[in-house]
This record gives sequence, structure tokens and C-alpha cells, in this order.
Amino acid sequence: MAAVGTASTEQYNYDIVRKFSIMALFWAVIGMLMGVLIASQLAWPILNLDPWFTFGRLRPIHTGGVIFGFGGCALFATSYYIVQRTCQARLFGSGLASYTFWAWQLIIVLAASSYVLGYSQGKEYAEMEWPIDLLIDVTWVAYIVVFVGTVMKRKQPHIYVANWFYIVFLLAVALLHIGNSLAIPVGLTTMKSYPLFAGTQDAMLQWWYGHNAVGFFLTAAFLGMMYYFVPKQAGRPIYSYRLSIVHFWALSFMYMWAGPHHLHWTALPDWVSSMGATFSIMLLLPSWGGMINGIMTLSGAWDKLRSDPIMRFMIVALSFYGMSTFEGPMMSLKDVNALSHYTDWTVGHVHSGALGWVAMISFGALYHMIPRLWDTKLYSTKLVTVHFWLATIGILLYITAMWISGIMQGLMWRAFDDFGNLQYSFAETVAAMHPFYAMRALGGLVFLGGMLVMVYNCWKTIAQGKAAEAAVAPAAA
Amino acid sequence: MKHDSIERNVGLMIVMMMLAISIGGLVEIIPLFFINETVEKVDGVRPYTPLELRGRDIYVREGCFLCHSQMIRPFRDEQLRYGHYSLAAESQYDHPFQWGSKRTGPDLARVGKKYSNEWQVAHLMDPQAMVPESVMPKYPFLQQTKLDYSDVADRMAALRLTGVPYSANQAELDKNIKQFGADTAKMLHMPDASKNLVDQAQNGFGGIAGNYDGDAANVTEMDALVAYLQVLGTMVDFKKYDNDQFVKYR
Repeated sequence: MAAVGTASTEQYNYDIVRKFSIMALFWAVIGMLMGVLIASQLAWPILNLDPWFTFGRLRPIHTGGVIFGFGGCALFATSYYIVQRTCQARLFGSGLASYTFWAWQLIIVLAASSYVLGYSQGKEYAEMEWPIDLLIDVTWVAYIVVFVGTVMKRKQPHIYVANWFYIVFLLAVALLHIGNSLAIPVGLTTMKSYPLFAGTQDAMLQWWYGHNAVGFFLTAAFLGMMYYFVPKQAGRPIYSYRLSIVHFWALSFMYMWAGPHHLHWTALPDWVSSMGATFSIMLLLPSWGGMINGIMTLSGAWDKLRSDPIMRFMIVALSFYGMSTFEGPMMSLKDVNALSHYTDWTVGHVHSGALGWVAMISFGALYHMIPRLWDTKLYSTKLVTVHFWLATIGILLYITAMWISGIMQGLMWRAFDDFGNLQYSFAETVAAMHPFYAMRALGGLVFLGGMLVMVYNCWKTIAQGKAAEAAVAPAAA
Repeated sequence: MKHDSIERNVGLMIVMMMLAISIGGLVEIIPLFFINETVEKVDGVRPYTPLELRGRDIYVREGCFLCHSQMIRPFRDEQLRYGHYSLAAESQYDHPFQWGSKRTGPDLARVGKKYSNEWQVAHLMDPQAMVPESVMPKYPFLQQTKLDYSDVADRMAALRLTGVPYSANQAELDKNIKQFGADTAKMLHMPDASKNLVDQAQNGFGGIAGNYDGDAANVTEMDALVAYLQVLGTMVDFKKYDNDQFVKYR
């Protein structure tokens, strides 16, 4: 029997949450491993093995693996867990939920193998060719039906704030994905298509999608995670209910305007890029609203930062969220962007958000959830502490390397000698990056090491839960 | 209306959310299709020839855009390093756009005709042989892989559906002759796609000699990619325009 003999597992569908949790760990390892590999390829190009394993083909496997594999499975797992618990209702449509699991895994596998084989739509974070896009659309609709269906079954009159964030994430991702994936296939039996729009319009559409993949997939949804697990782990209510309302609507409205800051100084008309910059700067307020609401939830229980490494993951995640949502608006200023754009600074910024915020809050949530899902205790709290420090050191190495190389690169490109000529050839700037590319690869490796510690810890926790269950089962029968 | 009523009604909540998340995109995207100044009026920009198009497909396939931008910004250092800043018009037939977001390698928006075919081929075969500091992967397999152009007409037909003016019949061909001149229009005629592709691979086009990869016996992926690289940024003749001609479009 799969079911653990407790009341909560009968009441809730935990089976699907368990599956997604395990796959979140799996894709995290794969995605981060790819990250370490492509970071190493930039430091040591000999690691490129043509034709299949070049940087250009592997990079989308890294981004897709961590965003849609790790991030996606973590979101499926936590959203299905939270919606059931906060609505006090069993998940709607267990068959459909099961479908979302298998389809999502298939999508990740198909996408990754198609990139290696050279199928790409040629748009960042949306490289999937059209048949995979269609499968995503169908699966996403199923996800919405399961989630909203469960909300409609709720026994509570109010919809809890975490669920608002998950619902807006579901809607926005559907809108963005369909909008950005409009394409004409070359033939019904081909894996090749051309996007419907070209040039400037295609660029705008892409970064409307790209920035809001960050805004809704990697921010709003993970804020939903935060709004459940931080208060739970802290054992205290959310700091300010009013703040959560204000920053929720402000965030949802404003994020959608920020995309053009990816296109400053390009052939996109100035009016659009100014509009993007304006909203990006304003976005600081709702972003920090969320950070403050999360961190202040701990007020009166600050000692947990010392005693509870899971809490530490969550609070440091919120701190990184605050830092990168300050850095983002700053980089969206046109003068700063003139220096930072096209450099590693952008890559460092993304990773302080992705590793610092998204991964850290997910680690916290998974450490909280996994023992409860298998009805046991966490195997080792000490290993959580080890993971925490490996993750933190890894991130710091990574973003420091990228800050230095990014700013240096930007300054070298625009340096003039006494005669008004360019001071450096492009090749000289590439050579100057080498030590920092090596340092970045090391940072990634350390972060991956922490991830492996987590996998071991969760493995032992699950085994422990299963052993206890097996011991109880004969007695119950 | 109290927020309480939204929290109790998931239908109302969804409607409010859709409103909140739709407005930004509508305001920023839709006008780009209707404001005429968005894409400059400029002579010379034409759709890619069949061989260039297949080369561009390879560029997209290999993810070149992940390390090379194709968008020169209006700064003095970029003017010196890469040339005139990029115009929106220059990517008006680019499905998808390949402006990129990162310069691990240099911008390629105007790389066309800057280097010889021989240099491009040698560089793609072994970048470090030409530029020791380079971190670019080697692409020798392009030289060994024969170009599959069996469906090049289908590819052009798909692009034609998006609005790229490839000609399918005599009337469209005549229109292209008026707009792009006879030589170019002939290249954009879909019924002759395969023939034109082979012809360009052997004899070149637009001031660039053919037999790009030095292997006259075969049409390879290398031929196609180099043909594409050699046309990048060369379509507009900036000598014909005043320095501040395009400022008003920004």
C-alpha cells in the first residue's frame, strides 16, 4: 500500500506532491550539473564536443533544466501541497494531476534531447520547437484546472494569499507562453518553425515573455511558496496582511511593463524602453514589500535564525530576493545598462536571483515538506547546515566573479587610448575574463556540491519514512 | 469594493488578475505594429536568399545568438568597433530576431564582408587557430555535413505566410523586381529555390564569391553559414544617408 496510515494522507493527495518533490531534486542536480559544465566550457573551450555538446546547444538544457525542471517541479509540488492544505480540500482531478506530472517530465526530456539534436526556436528560455510548445499548452491548461478546481472545492471562505500568487502565475505563464510561441511550422512532420513576428516586434514580444518568465514563473510563484512556508516554519502569522494585498496587485500589474529594459539602446523605439525603465524602477517597491513581509514575519522569533537552518535558508533567500530586486531596477537605468548590457554582470544578476532566491526558498520549502510527506523526521539537521553554507559560499563566489568580469568587460569595451582609438581588441577582453570564468565554475561546483548533500539527506529521510511505514503496516493489517 | 469580496470569489479574482497582467503588454506591444516610425524606411534591406536562409537556420540551430549579439548600440566605442548602429529595418525579415543578450564573443551585426570566406571557414573550423584567446567551440562538422536543402522551398513558404516577400508566382516576382531589382528578385522566387541555392553556393551572390568553403564538389552547411555571415549588415549602404538620418526614428 502506498498510502501512509495517517488521517492527513487520506484527506489530501500527497502522492502527486511526493512525485514532483523527488523530480525537483532530480532536475536540480541535472540542471546544475549542466550549468557547471557550460561554465567550464567558457573557461576551458576544449570541453566543447561538437556537434552535440557545444555551449550553444547545452546552454538551453541548463536554463530549461533548472527553470522548468527544478523550478517547475518545485512549483507543482508546493502548489499542490499548499492549495490542499490552505483550502482544506483534496486535490481536484487526481487523474488530471497525474497527467500533469507525466506530461511535465516528458516535456523536459523532449526539450533537452531536442536541443542536443539541434532543434531550437532561437528565442531565449523559449527554445522549444512547436510540437513541444503545444504539449506545454495542453499541460498548462490541465494544471490550471487542477489548481483552480481545488480552490473552488475549498472549505475556507477566503482564498489564502499564497494561492493568489499561484493563480496569477498560472494565468500569466499561459498568456506569455502562447503569445511568445506563435509560429508557422515548416510542415506538420517537421520540428522546424518560424516565429510569426520579426525584428523589433519579435524582440519586444520575446522580452515581454522573458522578463515575465522571471516575474511570474520565478518570482510570483515562489512568493506563493514563501507565503506558506515562511509563516509555517516560523510558527508565526504573516507580518502584514495589508502589505500582502498591496504588493500582490502592484507586482502583478507592474511586472508586465518591465520587459523593454532588456532592449535599452537597441532598435526598439525609445518610448518603449523608457516605459520599461520607469516601471522597472517602480517595481522596487512591491518587490521589497514582499521581502519585508517575509522577513518581518520572523519578528519575535529571530532566534530561529541560529537554531533552525531551514529558516535560515528561507530568510537568506528573501535577503537575496531583496538584493537582486534592488540590483535589477538599478541595471534598468539606461546609463547603467549601457555598461552592464551584453556583459557577465547580467549573468551574475540572474544567478543572484536564481540561486539566491529561487533555489534557496525551494530548498527551505522542500526541507519543510519532505519529512511531512513521508510522515517522518528529517534525517539530519546538521547536513542542512552544511548544505546552507555550501550554497551560500557557492553563490558568493559566482556573483562576485560575474560582477568583476562584467564591469571589467564593459569598461574595457569602451576604453579609449590617448589618440581616441579603442584601447583593447575584443580578444583581449575575452582573455581578461578567464580567471573569473574559472572562479564562476568553481562557485557553481560548490553550489552543486551542496545540492548533492541535500539529495543524500532527502534520500535518507525518505528511506527512514518508508521503513517506519513498513514496520507499522503489518500491525495495522 | 472591498478586497474581501475578491478573496471569496475565485472567478472575480481571475478576472481582476487578467486585467492587471494584460495592460502592460497591450500598451507596449500593439502600437509597435501600427506606428510607422518603428521600422525605418531604408533602401537595400531584402529577404535572405535560399542559401543564406539555410545558413541562418544553422546559426539558430547552433545557438550562436547566445554568445554573439546582432545589435550595435549608438555609442562611439561600438561605432569604432562594429560600425553604424543597427536599424530596426535591418532585422525586419528576421524570424526570429537574433539581437542576442550577451557578448561572450563580438557583435556580428556587421560582420559581413569584413573577413574573407577563407578566414570565416578557417575560424569556424578552429577558432583558436585564428584568435588564440577565443573561447568559441570548434565547428569542423559543418564542413563535413552536406547541406539538406530538400525542404528549402517549404521553409520559404512558411516565412512567406508570416509576411516575408518571397514570390510564388509571376505577379509577385514582378513586384519583387520593382522593389529589389532583377538579380535579387530572381533569388527570392520560390519555385527556383533549390536551383538558386546551388547556384549561389557555386558562384556566389551580391559581391561575395561562391564556393565559400573551398569544396566545389559539395554544398555543405559551412557554405550556407558563411553565406549568411557574409551578408550580415551589408544590405544598407550608409553612404547614401546623412549622419543623423535615422535619429528621428528612435
